[in-house]
Amino acid sequence: MALLEVKNLEVKFPLRQGELTALRDVSFSLDRGERLGIVGESGAGKSVAAFAILNLVSRPGYISGGKILFEGRDLAGLSRSELRTIRGNRINMIFQDPMMTLNPVLTIGTQMIECLRAHRRITPAAARQLAIEKLRAVSIPSPEARIDQYPHELSGGMRQRVVIAIALLTDPSVIIADEPTTALDVTIQAEIMELLLELCEHNNVALILITHDLGVVSQVTQRAIVMYAGRIVEEGATRRIIDSARHPYTQGLINALPERTRPGQRLNQIPGVMPSLMDIPQGCAFHPRCQLRIDACQQQLPAYSGSEHARVACLRVDEQERAQ
Amino acid sequence: MSSQAVAAEKSAAEELLRVEGLSREFPLTSGLLEQLRFEGGKLVRRQESVRAVNGVDLQVRRGEALCVVGESGCGKSTLARVVMGLIRPTAGSVRFEGTRIDNLSAEKLLPFRRKMQMIFQNPYASLNPRMTVKQTLEEPVRFHSPGIGRAALGDKVNDVMRSVGVDPGWNERFPHEFSGGQRQRISIARALMTDPEFIVADEPISALDVSIQAQVLNLLMEAQEQRGLTYLFITHDLSVVEHFGTRVAVMYLGALCELAITGQLFSRPRHPYTQALLSAIPRLDQERPSHMKLMGEVPTPINLPSGCFFHPRCVHAQDRCRHELPKLFDSGDGTLVACHAVQEGRLD
Repeated sequence: MALLEVKNLEVKFPLRQGELTALRDVSFSLDRGERLGIVGESGAGKSVAAFAILNLVSRPGYISGGKILFEGRDLAGLSRSELRTIRGNRINMIFQDPMMTLNPVLTIGTQMIECLRAHRRITPAAARQLAIEKLRAVSIPSPEARIDQYPHELSGGMRQRVVIAIALLTDPSVIIADEPTTALDVTIQAEIMELLLELCEHNNVALILITHDLGVVSQVTQRAIVMYAGRIVEEGATRRIIDSARHPYTQGLINALPERTRPGQRLNQIPGVMPSLMDIPQGCAFHPRCQLRIDACQQQLPAYSGSEHARVACLRVDEQERAQ
Repeated sequence: MSSQAVAAEKSAAEELLRVEGLSREFPLTSGLLEQLRFEGGKLVRRQESVRAVNGVDLQVRRGEALCVVGESGCGKSTLARVVMGLIRPTAGSVRFEGTRIDNLSAEKLLPFRRKMQMIFQNPYASLNPRMTVKQTLEEPVRFHSPGIGRAALGDKVNDVMRSVGVDPGWNERFPHEFSGGQRQRISIARALMTDPEFIVADEPISALDVSIQAQVLNLLMEAQEQRGLTYLFITHDLSVVEHFGTRVAVMYLGALCELAITGQLFSRPRHPYTQALLSAIPRLDQERPSHMKLMGEVPTPINLPSGCFFHPRCVHAQDRCRHELPKLFDSGDGTLVACHAVQEGRLD
């Protein structure tokens, strides 16, 4: 049995102008210790998908359909107190901006001890000891001194290390990291990503990494999901997706990167922009930007073809792959 | 690679902009009372400042795209603003086509302002939300050539809008009606309205999505070819630099570490900081993060290290590095490096 299984998840936001569907028919699974990447541009629904797992979709948004099974239990059906035994305990989250996640008026130690004591019966002294240990595990120098500092006394990279230490405090089974290094400089990003990867491997923690950066996905994850306009368009082993993407959107995204073109040449751009979720085109949402579209693409929502972990939603892919 | 090398050679002859010994400090303590401290039983006056740019020497050659890269806080945006005359340098000079412009009055600077335009990072903040596209584009032309006729101006707006790929029929719309990528096209159009020779672009694609970044980068390259533009391109994204830049300048704590033709910099980085920076780019063909580890973190530009600013993080640092600030020197193949270790042959 998979550790986490998301089945046909649908999230809607009722707005004055009508109902917006942020996620449509999103299904994926995650095994113990596995690292999964969710890739997409802004507005693709990748963050909503992650938030929905922990029932954190901000109001007025709501989960309008589907199941989220964690060790076989449906998280969407749990009461708030039942959910609290999982959220922040078994499944933890790391957000983009550590300055927004950490409370600026509490010391790091206070925040870590508070978090531990919310989930476990533990004395403050023992909690403090454990917190220092975790700070050491994320390579924070002199953790005994740092633990009494406030977030503003640390650099951006150090703050994100603290956030990772907090996420590891309760020995979770899953960590969901939403663009954890986007706010950081490239040299710090490399360090944080390496740290996160090593900690997940060492502690056998499963990781869901949400990012727009295909280079990071390639370095850290084993399997990847590509999202477009609230729907999964492709899933597969990370290396396979990067080396031979099947969906025209994935291909376009990878080929648009500067490193895929000779220096000085024009980049391979995808024409147009991602549609607003209020106004998703009929049929395949990508068809207005797709070079391969045929009439059927404008009518028919493409079904998934392939196996559970190597699937693609495109009418033309089937056709092309059969022809080869 | 070869096309970049050719472009670099062609432009080697003519220099458009020259920056010499440029420094800019921002005082942290403004009033006298703030500067007074009680130390060791005495009242002393102490002035602290952020040293954002420290003695930068740079030439921009006509027709090239000179990219300035570095991490946040390295002074690259301050450099761009000083070059544009938006802030004055504390020391040093900026010359445009041989004329010193950093000390000119606003009035005398006007003719240069027409030739130099700027594109900013965030197209949500840099366009006036209460002006239509037409008004936004007309304003710089009305300002710089007040005598222009209404019809000529209208034609010009339409031409420029078409050239950046925005339908001229939308010129009565407001910025909020456009997507981020479209807005950045409008910012570019505004910069092009005065037919500039030189454009300073400060992180022009960092706020955009991957597929839109490619569109805007292509547009900038097209504009460069058609109009013979020269760019000073500020960015932290090294894969964009590798693609777009004719030459690259790497900055660390307000000083230049290395200045080289793009192909050379990426195939053979000389300065230890450049090497670490390049190794940190996440590449599609990597299955694990692999990067050179640096010691510690970037110090604040308030208390700069003595000697080479990079020495506390550098594994090759020796006594000389701790005391003497390295100057840029030609390492033989045209690459300028500021590193004692490279100069002494300790480091290849």
